[in-house]
Amino acid sequence: MSSYVGDAADAPKFQTAAKNLVRNTQVRHNVKRATDVIRNKRAKVVAEMPDWEQLRDSGHEIKQHVMRHLDFYLEQFEKNCTAAGGTVHWARDADEANSIIVGLVKAQQAKEVIKVKTMTSDEIRLNVALEKAGITPYETDLADLIVQLGEDKPSHIVVPALHRNRMEIRQIFLDKMNLTELSDKPEDLAGAARSYLREKFLRVPVAISGANFAIADTGSICVVESEGNGRMCISLPRVLISLVGIEKIIPTFQDLEVFLQTLPRSATGERMNPYNSIWTGVTPDDGPQEFHVVLLDNGRTKVLADREARETLDCIRCGACLNACPVYRQTGGHAYGSMYGGPIGAILTPQLQSMQHSQTLPYASSLCGACYEVCPVKINIPEILVHLRGKVVENGDAPFEEKMAMKAAAWVLESPEHMDRARKLGRIAQKPFVTNGVIKHLPFGLDAWTSVRDLPAMPAESFREWWVKREKGSNG
Amino acid sequence: MQISLFITCYNDTLFPQTGKAVVSVLEKLGHSVEFRPAQTCCGQMHYNTGYQQEALPMMEHFLEVYRGAEVVCIPSSSCVAMIRDHYPKMAAASGDASIKRAVKNLLPRVFEFTELLVDHLGVTDVGAFFPHAVALHPSCHSLRSLKLGDRPAKLLGNVRGLTLVDLPNSEECCGFGGTFAIKNADVSAAMLSDKIHSLLNSGAEICAAVDNSCLMHIGGALSRQRSGMRVLHLAEILASRDGLEAAK
Amino acid sequence: MSSARDEILERVRDAMGGSTANRDADYTAIPRNYVRQGSLDVEAKLELLVDRLNDYGATVFHAANGDIAAHVAVALKSRGKGSLLIPRDLPRAWLPDGFQFFREGSNYHEVDASEGVLTDCAVAIAATGSIVLRHSAGEARRALSLIPDYHLCVVFANQVVETVPEGIQQMKAFATIPITTIAGPSATADIEMIRVKGVHGPRTFDVILVA
Repeated sequence: MSSYVGDAADAPKFQTAAKNLVRNTQVRHNVKRATDVIRNKRAKVVAEMPDWEQLRDSGHEIKQHVMRHLDFYLEQFEKNCTAAGGTVHWARDADEANSIIVGLVKAQQAKEVIKVKTMTSDEIRLNVALEKAGITPYETDLADLIVQLGEDKPSHIVVPALHRNRMEIRQIFLDKMNLTELSDKPEDLAGAARSYLREKFLRVPVAISGANFAIADTGSICVVESEGNGRMCISLPRVLISLVGIEKIIPTFQDLEVFLQTLPRSATGERMNPYNSIWTGVTPDDGPQEFHVVLLDNGRTKVLADREARETLDCIRCGACLNACPVYRQTGGHAYGSMYGGPIGAILTPQLQSMQHSQTLPYASSLCGACYEVCPVKINIPEILVHLRGKVVENGDAPFEEKMAMKAAAWVLESPEHMDRARKLGRIAQKPFVTNGVIKHLPFGLDAWTSVRDLPAMPAESFREWWVKREKGSNG
Repeated sequence: MQISLFITCYNDTLFPQTGKAVVSVLEKLGHSVEFRPAQTCCGQMHYNTGYQQEALPMMEHFLEVYRGAEVVCIPSSSCVAMIRDHYPKMAAASGDASIKRAVKNLLPRVFEFTELLVDHLGVTDVGAFFPHAVALHPSCHSLRSLKLGDRPAKLLGNVRGLTLVDLPNSEECCGFGGTFAIKNADVSAAMLSDKIHSLLNSGAEICAAVDNSCLMHIGGALSRQRSGMRVLHLAEILASRDGLEAAK
Repeated sequence: MSSARDEILERVRDAMGGSTANRDADYTAIPRNYVRQGSLDVEAKLELLVDRLNDYGATVFHAANGDIAAHVAVALKSRGKGSLLIPRDLPRAWLPDGFQFFREGSNYHEVDASEGVLTDCAVAIAATGSIVLRHSAGEARRALSLIPDYHLCVVFANQVVETVPEGIQQMKAFATIPITTIAGPSATADIEMIRVKGVHGPRTFDVILVA
């Protein structure tokens, strides 16, 4: 059994993907605009809250508490959900989850399912498994619909289609929705999606959702959304299946008071998102009469076992770290090769794969700390990035040239005598490349720096050489 | 007061003038500066790149070198952040009681240069003269790890003749990030492009910061692009008595 | 051969290095220094609610207890509607003459064909403009307030709390009954970050606030 995260194991190195993306003017333009919009909105609604830091503290502590007692809360959730008429399944990994879900859909003799946004389902490649079994999944979140119809991949946790512009979306809809005409005005595009999906909401008997929160003391699920497709999927079909990562648990219904304040403000910069749906098991005469929860591990217990990285699981998928990240800003989400992009993706994606793949992701950061500043549950992402870099090196997955260079550097920095020797060598070696105190080009593939920036040449006298001279002088 | 200077490995080799400026400022304020020659490196580059084992001896060496120092002054906020944020953790992980003790003992006496001036020496006017327009780039470590706040700006604000201009999007990372600048050169360059853009829009002649690491990266692009703007460590501005000539 | 459930729970326990004791005390020790109680007087609280409702485009009609029906009529006239679906238990006194009111239909297409729906609510949160529906009695099953294009909701002043924590506190009383919170008509900014209102769910949402 092994856990996987979408196609991340086959994704190119971050540097390779980024190289192309920084040259893509539409992506860079769209990403900058999207992140600027949400950043500004977030800043405004956060500034309104005199108790924002206290909410962050409590959010952090609540999640840390859950992780300390996760076994208890999982069992409590299962008990309460079952008592209310739900059925709880457990999946050790992606394949097992897919097998369970496909089985449940097949048991309904259903050939179609409607889906509410759930990145967890992308993680386990659920749509591929469904299609293999002859079942057609329809994404109903507008951005996920755009990505699905465009046969594309999501590039942001909250606004997955931000790399597309309206002309492209219009073309995708014209092609895939069998329309003869359609303007590219956002209202008309949204209107086309409304019509296309409405008949499915009213007809398709099986829905698959994720969960923002799974509440242990009541056995309830909470879905947070803006468009109304969530409400449609969780209340109209006959059968509902919710795929829930085991880290989504919160202890009590009351704890929603923290997260329902911090999540909308962080994710979309709103005081409250348009719709939240909370339901428990099955309710006679209202909504699905068969309800299943699939609790998913898929590598999460491995993250839990790493004391220094455990708080990765505290994430409530708000996307604020993506919007704050100056690296994400230049590349967008596709560079991360995973549905989990940006800072949280850089720590979550490799860990879910036991550091077997995506080893370049922990290095996709300048460690600036902007993510930590905005995280509503105070995950110390920079700290975890450095920790994971340590794991990459420990596992022997660092590039050979880098290992050699770091070894050499460690020798140099070991003593003033070594530093002195290296300096003397450096002054000789640099001579051919220095003009006006500056090096414009380094040879032999050393030009990662100089291809973009000048490099200051080593001055003829180091600080300590000056100091020694000065001391000698003053001592007569 | 005897102030012990930790020049930092890269300042020692590439930016000795910053160290000279720090010495000049502190001596003019009437303090004596010592330079312990056994000093090497705080270990940040190795630690942050994932070579945490290699950083351990560097930490031990640092602790050894500064044993008994009254106060340690460091003109580099990233090195101070390394020491403050990570030495306690590394010490705890080593399990060595004497290392833990040494860290606990030394840390309260380690200061970044502007922290030393403003907090410890109570000085915000060092009597400098520097008649130029300056934009202050708040390096990420100074902003988010050390939370230097307005200390650098206060110091620059009291420099005669200096105009401190607003830097748009100042809090955005410049893209240096240590080995990030090499390992992720394309993204580093893209981030640098945005920073240069903000700087050139600010109307400044000089970009100043408390870290030569950022300045090396920013200055490298400013010079490559023949932008007409240069970089200068804040210490060198504070040491200036006669405008830019001394800094050239 | 252990089940998936057993294996996952075992992995969790192994990951934590043995179960930690005193879960209740641990939970109680969680710091909660955020605002849990509002400080506005009734008038200011209602003003805040109205401000938030207007901010997201809901029209607010101000009524007194005796004239709800009259305001329902005003709202319907303003929207050019002649009929609404209503939940089974909605008070008859709220229904004005001259309009048609249908008790909830059984199939979705009937609901889809309606002009709109009238419900009451369980709680309203002023700070966020949230209206909370408890799907039983006067709010009815979820489909009824979801499928129609127009939703008219009656909110009583004494149902209004100021803060989200106070709202959740009220909701605890019916936590396991289906709940929907509404804070605006459905919206998306997925297309070039331009906010478009009305994707699914009622595109028009009005409130009758009864003081």
